[in-house]
Order: sequence, then C-alpha cells, then structure tokens
Amino acid sequence: MESLLPILNQPSTRRTALKAAGAALGLAAFGRAVSPLWSIPENVSQEEFLQQHYKELTEEDKRKVLARLEAETKEELGVDVTISDQRPIPGVRFGYAINLSKCNGNGACMKACNEENNHDRGVDQSYIRVLEMPMGSMDMEEGNTTYDHTVPQDDKFYMPVQCQQCDNPPCVTVCPVEATWKEDDGIVVVDYNWCIGCRYCEAACPYHARRFNWEEPEIPADEVNPDQGYLSNRIRPQGVMEKCHFCLHRTREGRLPACLEACPTGARVFGDLNDPESDINWVLKNKRVFVLKEDLGTQPSFFYFFDS
Amino acid sequence: MSSEITQNVSREDAAHPIRSYPKFLWWGLGEATNGGLLFYLWMFALTAIALVGANAWAVQVADGMILTNMTDHVSWGLYIANFTFCVGLAAGGVMMVIPAYLYDDEEMHKVVIVGEAVAIAAIVMCTLSVVVDLGRPDRFWHLFPIIGRVNFPVSMLTWDVFVLNGYLLINLHIVGYLLYMRFLDRKPNPKWYVPFVFLSIFWAISIHTVTAFLYCGLGGRPFWNTALLAPRFLASAFVSGPAFIILVMRILRITTEYSTPPGPARTLIQIIRVAMTVNLLMFASELFTMFYTGGAHGASARYLLFGSHGHYGLVPWIWTAIVCNLAGTVLFFLPKALERSNIRIVACLLCIVGIWIEKGMGLIVPGFIPSTLHEIVEYAPSLVEWKVTAGIWAFGFLLLTVMLKLIVTVFTHEQSRGGQKS
Repeated sequence: MESLLPILNQPSTRRTALKAAGAALGLAAFGRAVSPLWSIPENVSQEEFLQQHYKELTEEDKRKVLARLEAETKEELGVDVTISDQRPIPGVRFGYAINLSKCNGNGACMKACNEENNHDRGVDQSYIRVLEMPMGSMDMEEGNTTYDHTVPQDDKFYMPVQCQQCDNPPCVTVCPVEATWKEDDGIVVVDYNWCIGCRYCEAACPYHARRFNWEEPEIPADEVNPDQGYLSNRIRPQGVMEKCHFCLHRTREGRLPACLEACPTGARVFGDLNDPESDINWVLKNKRVFVLKEDLGTQPSFFYFFDS
Repeated sequence: MSSEITQNVSREDAAHPIRSYPKFLWWGLGEATNGGLLFYLWMFALTAIALVGANAWAVQVADGMILTNMTDHVSWGLYIANFTFCVGLAAGGVMMVIPAYLYDDEEMHKVVIVGEAVAIAAIVMCTLSVVVDLGRPDRFWHLFPIIGRVNFPVSMLTWDVFVLNGYLLINLHIVGYLLYMRFLDRKPNPKWYVPFVFLSIFWAISIHTVTAFLYCGLGGRPFWNTALLAPRFLASAFVSGPAFIILVMRILRITTEYSTPPGPARTLIQIIRVAMTVNLLMFASELFTMFYTGGAHGASARYLLFGSHGHYGLVPWIWTAIVCNLAGTVLFFLPKALERSNIRIVACLLCIVGIWIEKGMGLIVPGFIPSTLHEIVEYAPSLVEWKVTAGIWAFGFLLLTVMLKLIVTVFTHEQSRGGQKS
C-alpha cells in the first residue's frame, strides 16, 4: 500500500516535490478542462471586449463601433449591412394600441417581426406572442399561445402581447449593469454589447417580453435585413438579452413598425402620444382602452381596446 | 490586513520560526495538504469532479446556454437554485457566532471557527453559481465599480454582489486572524476581531435578506412576491447551517483529534428545533394564503404541489422536500433518539436535503411556472447543469477540507506545544 502512495512517510523535501508535481498536474488538467474557453478570443475582439457602455461612447467611438460591427457581419455572413445609431426624435413619445375586435390571430405580425429583426430562424423567434383566448374571459390562464389551426375560431378572440414599453419598467430597475434603459421617446432598449446575460430582467418582466440568446442566432445570409440599428435589429451576439424596441430603426425615421405594416386586419395603431392629431391619440380619446396587469403599476405605453 | 497583523506580533515570540502572516498561510497550505491515503483519495475524487464541472462550464460558455435546459419561460434553474441554498448555508454557518460571542459561550469557539470555514466555502460556491449562470462571463468587469457601470443602489443584484464579497472578506479576516494568533500562541486582541464578529452577525442576516429581496421584489412573479420570503430564508438558514456544522464536527471527530464537548452540539440542536418549526409554520402560512386566495397567486403553488394541466415536473421534488423536512423535524424533537449519533446524522441529512430542494428547485423554478403569460413550460436540469453544479460542490468541499485541515493542525499543534511547555 505504501508503495502505491509514495507521498506518505517521505522526508519533507521529497514530499514537497511530490506535492508540487501533483499541483502542476492538477493545473495542467484544469487548463485542459477549460480549453473550450479559448474560443472566446477568437469570437470576441479586443475592441469588443474593452468597449464602453453605449452612453459613454463619443460620436467618434460610436462610428468605430458601428464600422466594426458592419465588418464583422460582412466577415461572418458575407452580407453588406448598414448599422446606424438612430436617436429619439425630440418631443416624441411613442404609443401602441391593438384593436382586439379586429385581430384574428393570423400571426403575420410574428412573422414580420422575425424577418425585420434578424431573429434566430431555428426557433422562429419573435418579440410577439399571440394568445388565443376564449370569449367571455380575460383570464390569461385560459389562453393558448401554441394554437395550430385555422383562425379565427368562432368562440375565441386573439390578444398579441409584446414589450409594453412601461413607464415604470421593472426590467430596467433590476439590471445590475444598466445594460437596459428607457429612452426619451419611451422605448426601452438593450445595449447588446454591455449585457452580461444574468437574465434578471427576464425574471422581472411581467409580460414575457424579453428573450435570451441561448446560442448564436442562425440566419441565412440571403434573409438578413441589412437595414439595422445598434440598439434594435442588428444581429445579436450569443448570451445576451433582447426585446421589442418598437422597430426604432424605422419609427425614429418616420416609418411604422414592421408588425403594424404586416397586419392584414388593421388591428394595430401606432403613433406619437405627444401629438394630439396622431392615430394613437384618436384611439385613446374615442375608445375605452385598457392595459395589461394594470395593478402592477408598470404603466405600459401599450393599450388594448374593443370596437364595441 | 496582514501587515496590520504582523505589527501585532510581539517580541516575546522571537523564538518562533514563522512570524509573518503570508509565511503562516504558506506553512498552513503545506500542513493542510498532508494526510493519509484516504485523505488523498478524497482530494483526488473532489479534484476530478471539479474538473468535470469546469470542463462542462467551458463548453457551455463556448457553445451557449442552449446546453442547459433553461428557456425563455424558465430562465433560471439549477444554478440559481443552488446559489440560493448556498447563501443560506453561508449565513447559517455564522449563526453560531451569535451564542458564542453574545452569551460569551467559550465552548462554542471551536465550533465557531468551523462555522466560519463553512461560510467561506459556501460563499465561494455562491459566487461560482452566479458566474456559471451568466451568458457573458467575459463581461464580468461590467459589474465592477468605476471601470464598469453598476446600477447601485436600485438593482438588488448589485447589493448581492456587494454583501457576498464583503461577507467573504470579513470571514477570511476573522478566521485568518484567530488561527494566526492561536498559532503564535498569543491571545487574540479583541480590538482586531470582536468588531468584525459583530459585523459578520449583522452581515450574515443581510446576505440572506438581500438574496430574498432579489426575488420577492418582483411584482410580476406572484409566487415570490411575498414579504414572508426573507424571514423564511433566514429560518431555513438557521437549520441548514447548524445541521451542516453538526455533520462536519462529526466527521472531524472520527477522522481527527479535533473534538468538542457536547455543549455546542446541544446549542445547535436547540437552534435547529426552533428554526425548523418556524420555517415549517411560515411555509404552511404561505400555502394557506396561496391556496385560499387562489387565482394567479395559487397557480404556481398548485403546479408545484399537485401539478397543473397535466404537468407534474416538480411534484416529486417538493414532496421529497416536505417528507425530508417533516421527518427531520420529528427526529430533532426526539431527544432519546437524537442521543444516538447515527440518528443525529440522518436527521441532519434529512433537513439539509429537504431545505436544498425547498429553497432551491422548489422555490426558483415554480416562480417561472406558469409563465407571466400563463404558459406552462416545464424544466428539468440538463446533464451539463448537473455536471457544473457537482463541480461547484466538489470545489467547495475541496476548499472546506483544506481549511478544516488547517484549523485542526493549528489547534492540535498548539495543544502539543502547550504540552511541551508544562
């Protein structure tokens, strides 16, 4: 037995040498065990690793970051994309409303979201979930998001849910590194290059509005939407959070969100809450609207209404 | 810290060969890695498991968290469950400090230092459990003040990072200082440790309270959104910590000459009796509120205990926990049976397993089921998650073993030197 374990009953110098050998062996084994980590320097450039928080970037920094991201997309997918940094339009606050009498659950909004926002095709990701609800109930427990039959069903109504762009957003409160925040036009955004992927915001959101990149998103090169924004639809890295951003790369340039344009029923209404003449204000003035989970005090900028 | 301590070393110890704190630690590491065949087998097995865990984590970082079974619906799983339990263990480890110093119970001191060692190992396990849960561990520096951007004091997670690291430093100081003084055969200067001991009592309560606030502050998760969560965490920490220490003391008694009089064990058992009863009472109170009120507040509890809409994933877990907790509690209330050390070990193990489930899988996962849109997506840990978690436990035990060896060496070393003197 003693011969099996030479470290026992040895003079202390030899024992020390054996221990040192054991420690070296252990360290070598550890280095081998964590060797998959060496893929990080291949995927994360030094500039990316050292990049500062979005709010601390100067105009010059931003220009470099955007150019680097564009070059990386070109290198990885062979696609030429334009990544811009659209800022809020001064004085504008966006609001969204859905007419539940019109929505028929066809899911065109989800498909449009998937394509517009360069979502992972593998899981058909989208920022929108549509609940099929039985008539006569507002209890989400009765709802079903995985329906797979012709729509609309006679005894059902359909309720799309996406980020409610809360005025009191719990996701922003909990983020430990301020990687997500609310912008002046009411849109809650994520800096995909600052998020550490702890998913605390996903636990905090009462509307299931946040998504995590469990792996590198997969998008065929010919399906990439080249019109991209830094805080919106650019291709996200693995391991970070993302969410609906009201298509800010479109809406801050005066266009409408992709989900609204795709909707064949006209159920979706989008506009500037500060503009008395906007469509969204017409809805707020003329329809009895409600918000989801009002009791939580999140104060959504997203409204629902029925025609009659 | 070490320079302060070296200043305190008096001239009368001139004969002592080792006088600086770093040298003491180096000597201690050498002593702590001496042992018999069983010891080396134990350390080898732990190292092997820790390496398997490290490898599984590295693969997870490279290929993505897709290798876990977490989803956008259940976005925290085994890692955060284990984290929550370890915070309790760390807090509970130091609860022993309260009777020892508050009531000046001299006999407790030998147990206290073991408790602090358990706390240190548990805190390291907490930190590891959080790190492995991060999607982007390469961005960890974003959490540091000044170079990163810390959402303090609004985000409870930044509080947690702060209190856990603070707690680690406090306990490292106390254990290191007391051991070093004992090693030098000097009476510890109360100025250098009593304030820290009181700080650590306050701090132990804060780490578990802040961890509970992490969950109970979320309005969108009715299952967690209860003011009773922090008190429940504390009550169960008062059970799992002492139970773990009783087990460690038992192992030390069998494998080393380090033994304590029965007094401290009796104190620990008393603490467990009271804390477990309070814990079960609060659990029952929680269940009443959830089931009597019903609706959204009851949905998670219904899924957890009885299953919901044909999904029963957590039912075996929680009933195992309930049976373990109840059986453990009953044993702790049978003084005659508890006299037998085997029964005592079983009782401690039952409570530890029960609380690991109740505060882990039974608390974190049902918070996500049903989801905020009332979808039911179930969760069971993947092989990678089990490997990583086992690796973290193995590393924790590795640390604890080394610390305990050091403690035992210093204490018995002192005894033998004392013997020579007299």
